Amino acid sequence: MASNKKYWQSVEELNENSSIVEKLRNNEFVEEIPTDEFLGDKEALSSSSTSRRDFLKYVGFSTAAASLAACEGPVIKSIPYVVQPEVIIPGVADYYATTIADGFDFANILIKTREGRPIKVENNTLAGAKVSANGRVHASVLSLYDSMRLKQPVISGKPASWEAVDTTVKKGLSEAAAGAGSVVVLTGTTASPSTEKLIAEFGAKYPGFKHVVYDAVSSSEALDAFQAVYGERALADYDFGKADVILSVGADFVGDWQGGGYDSGYTQGRIPKNGKMSKHIQIESNMSLTGANADKRIPLTVTEQKYALVKIYNIVTGAAVSVPDVTKPYDQAVVNAANQLKAAGSKGVFVTGLDDVNAQLLAIAINNSLQSAAFNPDGARYVRKGDAKAVAQLVADMKAGTVHTLIMSGVNPVYTYPDSAGFTEALKKVKLSVSFSLKEDETASIATVAAAAPHYLEAWGDVTIAKGHYGITQPTIRPLFNTKQFQDALLSWSGNGQSYYDYLKAFAPTFTTGKTWNQLVHDGVYLNEVPATVSAAPADYGTAATTLASAKKAGGLEMVLYTKTGMGDGQQANNPWLQEFPDPITRVSWDNYVTVAKADADALGLENYNVANGGLNGSYVTIEVNGKKLEKVPVIIQPGQAKGSVGLSLGYGRKAAMKKEMMVGVNAYSLYTNFNAFQVAKLTKENGDDHEFACVQLQKTLMGRGDIVKEATLKDFNEKDVADWNIMPVVSYDHKEVPAASIDLWESFDRTTGHHFNLSIDLNACTGCGACVIACHAENNVPVVGKSEIRRSRDMHWLRIDRYYSHEDTFAGDVNLKNNANGLLESVDTFTAMEDPAENPQVVFQPVMCQHCNHAPCETVCPVAATSHGRQGQNHMAYNRCVGTRYCANNCPYKVRRFNWFLYNKNSEFDYHMNDDLGRMVLNPDVNVRSRGVMEKCSFCIQSTQATILKAKREGRPVAKGEFNDSCACSAACSTGAMVFGDVNEKEDPIVRLKEDDRAYHLLSHIGTQPNVFYHVKVRNT
Amino acid sequence: MKKVGNHTSISRILFFCLALSLTFSVSYAQQAAPEAAAATAAAAPAAGAGDPVKGKELFNANCASCHKLDAKSTGPALRGVADKHDRAWLYKWIHNSSEMIKSGDAAAVKLFAENNKTTMTAFPQLSEADIDNIMAFTSEVAPVAEKPAAAPVAEGSGSGASNNLILGALVLVLGVLIVMLVLVNKTLRRIAANNGVVVTEDEPSVSLWKAYAKNGFLVFVTVLLLMLASAYFLYGYLMQIGVDQDYQPVQPIHFSHKIHAGDNGIDCKYCHSSARVSKQSGIPSLNVCMNCHKNIAEFAGDKDSLYVDHSKEFYTAEIQKLYDAVGWDKNTQKYTGVQKPVKWVRIHNLPDFVYFNHSQHVSVAGVECQKCHGPVETFEVMKQNAPLTMGWCINCHRETDVKVEGNDYYAKIHDELAKKYGVQKLTAANMGGLECGKCHY
Repeated sequence: MASNKKYWQSVEELNENSSIVEKLRNNEFVEEIPTDEFLGDKEALSSSSTSRRDFLKYVGFSTAAASLAACEGPVIKSIPYVVQPEVIIPGVADYYATTIADGFDFANILIKTREGRPIKVENNTLAGAKVSANGRVHASVLSLYDSMRLKQPVISGKPASWEAVDTTVKKGLSEAAAGAGSVVVLTGTTASPSTEKLIAEFGAKYPGFKHVVYDAVSSSEALDAFQAVYGERALADYDFGKADVILSVGADFVGDWQGGGYDSGYTQGRIPKNGKMSKHIQIESNMSLTGANADKRIPLTVTEQKYALVKIYNIVTGAAVSVPDVTKPYDQAVVNAANQLKAAGSKGVFVTGLDDVNAQLLAIAINNSLQSAAFNPDGARYVRKGDAKAVAQLVADMKAGTVHTLIMSGVNPVYTYPDSAGFTEALKKVKLSVSFSLKEDETASIATVAAAAPHYLEAWGDVTIAKGHYGITQPTIRPLFNTKQFQDALLSWSGNGQSYYDYLKAFAPTFTTGKTWNQLVHDGVYLNEVPATVSAAPADYGTAATTLASAKKAGGLEMVLYTKTGMGDGQQANNPWLQEFPDPITRVSWDNYVTVAKADADALGLENYNVANGGLNGSYVTIEVNGKKLEKVPVIIQPGQAKGSVGLSLGYGRKAAMKKEMMVGVNAYSLYTNFNAFQVAKLTKENGDDHEFACVQLQKTLMGRGDIVKEATLKDFNEKDVADWNIMPVVSYDHKEVPAASIDLWESFDRTTGHHFNLSIDLNACTGCGACVIACHAENNVPVVGKSEIRRSRDMHWLRIDRYYSHEDTFAGDVNLKNNANGLLESVDTFTAMEDPAENPQVVFQPVMCQHCNHAPCETVCPVAATSHGRQGQNHMAYNRCVGTRYCANNCPYKVRRFNWFLYNKNSEFDYHMNDDLGRMVLNPDVNVRSRGVMEKCSFCIQSTQATILKAKREGRPVAKGEFNDSCACSAACSTGAMVFGDVNEKEDPIVRLKEDDRAYHLLSHIGTQPNVFYHVKVRNT
Repeated sequence: MKKVGNHTSISRILFFCLALSLTFSVSYAQQAAPEAAAATAAAAPAAGAGDPVKGKELFNANCASCHKLDAKSTGPALRGVADKHDRAWLYKWIHNSSEMIKSGDAAAVKLFAENNKTTMTAFPQLSEADIDNIMAFTSEVAPVAEKPAAAPVAEGSGSGASNNLILGALVLVLGVLIVMLVLVNKTLRRIAANNGVVVTEDEPSVSLWKAYAKNGFLVFVTVLLLMLASAYFLYGYLMQIGVDQDYQPVQPIHFSHKIHAGDNGIDCKYCHSSARVSKQSGIPSLNVCMNCHKNIAEFAGDKDSLYVDHSKEFYTAEIQKLYDAVGWDKNTQKYTGVQKPVKWVRIHNLPDFVYFNHSQHVSVAGVECQKCHGPVETFEVMKQNAPLTMGWCINCHRETDVKVEGNDYYAKIHDELAKKYGVQKLTAANMGGLECGKCHY
């Protein structure tokens, strides 16, 4: 039955005359959809023969085709060499000896290359190699593949050819020669005898020519003092292994003090042998790596350090310079330290890092008075040569307009010069400025010519790190870009037709007798056995001491500028490995910050606090030094920071030629007035939001759990029974106390056959330098995850170095405190209090990686058997089998498993080296690049242990003694010998002796995991 | 009845046609051989005083590394060289050419200059009679000698044609048989109709389908079987995803392993040398090819060998592709410097998460390449022989004894393991060759 009901959709429809209803009846939409905006040219669209129906057909077909194609493997092309170079066998690594000398880091190293690509840095262990690689040197291989590098020369902002550069520069030089002004070459410390000679030859033509050496982080005062006494602009060498007492005033010699490289000598004396080890007393204001390793640490501000230094000088040399007392309670400690040093006589050594020529003079006086065996002025080191006064003079000359041509190489003064604006202004007055630079950095971008320089892995060179040591830098890859070496350019500009390679080849024999060029290039180093002896000229130490003693405490906080272990002087700021590397002390990555003592922070109302998402937040301050302001500097409250002092690291806050993610931190060079690390600063708290740090370790103390990091005093170690200081846990079994390790849920496999790998970590020798962390990163293709992911505790480091502070003055005090807490309430209060570190705590470093438990808790919980045990002791991880339940990580008592929350390669969300073709060239082809949703962890570098075994098999011989040590990236990188890797089933292997040592213990051995990593009890010489 | 007779005659004609075609094709194939023989016979005219047979031997032993008969190689083409120079000059040249160049003999100097100033090795050991024999060989007339080389090609195509003919004939016969059946059936029906026999279609009381559908058990069993069968095929389908056994892509240069490794017996590791020391066996770089192909510019295969698919010209053209890639001008015998790397299609693609090392298997274990790659020496076109699945790897590791003899690495481990397992032979599995981490990292 038909209905007369009228249905309507809107009130409007009831109105018969409504135009809208009529319109709606004919059109789907009231207003025309602005299809033009997304369909573009209407004409083209209407003339197109593709109908909507066709479009749907295409969509359907392509979906079907895509899903079908997904089942088919892709066609992979393989392109062999047309003419294969003799030395390259695809799949086999080649090693080249070379030397890094970037003006800040110097080291004799080996470069591992695969198919012609440098992929890893290793230590050169031949006699003559002076300095081992630190973390930055290990990371330098990635800087080669920096996608932000300068790819061709640039003249006045426009890409140009080298011919054009030559024309421009030659024209400028001839003008200068005709009297238009002087020619100046400004370089960092090259330590290269051939380059020095070349520069001198180049400059001979030009009247008023100068070669100015500029160190971004200067040791100018130490050089001045050494020059005054020994006549040569160099630095004394120290062999800390020969010292029984080491007293340091503000010298971070385990870190970057005077060019660094002292850690391996230092740790030689730190491992107790025959009941003896060196005693190390550190007087400093920032908590440095060196201070963290010291037996006794005295936190003093810089002015007080000066007083302390004079006091030590008085006591050691018997002088009687009047000097104010050091604040209590440290005054007596300083006197005691000085007396111990004096008592050690020639077995003592004194070093200072104060940027004060008087302090440096006194250091020489003290060591000479002691006749210190560790102090070696004969083996002068050439790793710093910068002259602060000459640089200041140069800038003045430039401003005066007397400099016509300025050729710079390896320096970035616009970024590093304290008065950056002044330098920029001065540079503009120079007619022709040339900057040889890896990147179009702050300086190169405003210089007339930005000359693209090759990375040291693409260049030739020679380096004399110390007298008698001659090292060669050789290319390990063909230049990636259209670059030219500074030396080659100088040769061509000076009309010398030679290439620098020929020049160097002709020059090297003056240093190396009895070694052919090929042998030299093969070894990379040459040792001249007999260095010349130097004699000390008389110097006025008395005046120096008086001047030093008259230093006045300034109002405000005494700030010490320092370089972070990861970043150094900031040359490699665009290196994601270094940015993500957590600072050994603060455990903060991706930032620099001002470190403040707790008392000062409280006074200023500054705070650090942990937030719910696992991150650390901190206040912002404005730092004011001599009227210069640095804003938005985040604060870290640093235990051990001397009251009244603050610390701030250089090398951050770079903006030019950097990926966006890497532009972090503040530029502290702007406060580095007169190249002096000591400045008086005024801190003002900034209001507003707090800074978000990416800190990988939020807990600070061990809470008295002395079984995690076992410690003993040297006295106990020598006199007491092992059971007293290396306490093995016991459990109750049949109502009797039995050793925990003897009780087991599982049956053990027989591991006596074949290889059985163990890793030994000596907590006495570990300085926390982190070279192993970077080496592990490089070897195992560990992804970089970025600041915000780190903040979510998703860092991927396979190897972390835990840092713990004591709550009491010592860790032993913590243990006592914990044991003596009775009752629930007292315990709760005690534990709450113990979360905070002491004002001047003891510090300990503990590297933790997968412990490769023989009875691994992770293996039993994996539902898909993706992780399993090998009979060689390694805990295997089959990535392709892993489904990402993360049960294993949850069940791991050591928390060493890392989960790939995202796809970290070829993902623009993570724009680090794995996101560009260039950066991916650093990947190790023997190790899988993991994908999203997969668990990963330390593998004991199974790719390398297998390669070592295979090499032995192919050569038909047993694996040589100690050969496995270099298999693990971490143990191979460890220049202090803290990490030793080996086969415990091989009686000759050093690891066997280490495992049977009294100091050996397993981490958390009471839970019965039977790890294959063991630690050595840390012995303190207190 | 008459019609039946008619049908027989048609089939007879067809049968006759087939027989004719078969005889023709066979006789055509047979004809080719005598023709070729005749050509060879005609190609041996007596030329000069020497013995061309001995000359050929001497030529191959002494001259062939630098000279070809009809093409320029390191030295000039030698066919008809006896006519270009007088015999005494030739004796002198062959015995010591550099002496002649030094002495300033105009012809010698010119020749030297024409051939990139490459000095020819002196052959004082060749007697004048030997040289006469060589000259006799080089004076054999070329164009006539060319024909036998082309013969296999003609033969090949002929047999191909006859094959097609036979197939065609068979199809024809089948067709005829079908037509005959239809006709017979038709005739029979007509006879039946004529005889008044009513052909009735059988009408079952209940349709089979309906009966089947009513039987629940049968339906259940069928569905079950269908499901099992489809599960079986689905599983089979899924398991072959990513398994590219018999993957045989077309390569940019038709490289025949059969000719190189099979007919010429070149050792695998001559070209794939990195298999001995590296994880990769390596695709040989083109300079390795040129070790031989500098002198082998054209295909000169044995005429008795059956290169079924391809002609001599085809192979020669493929060699030319190599020259183009490596930048070799065979006329001037010089590298042009223009290189075009060859983009081979990779056949064996292990996933990224699998580590495989050739040197472990080739050098240490002494496994024959053929064990995994199959009889490559018989492959005209290379293909993936093994499935390269994990099960396949594991199976071999379970079965294969480790080659411990003469390798000091194994001495201690073998003693200990042999004692532990109480066996003298150890498999790779005994050595830990089944552990995940040995191949996945």
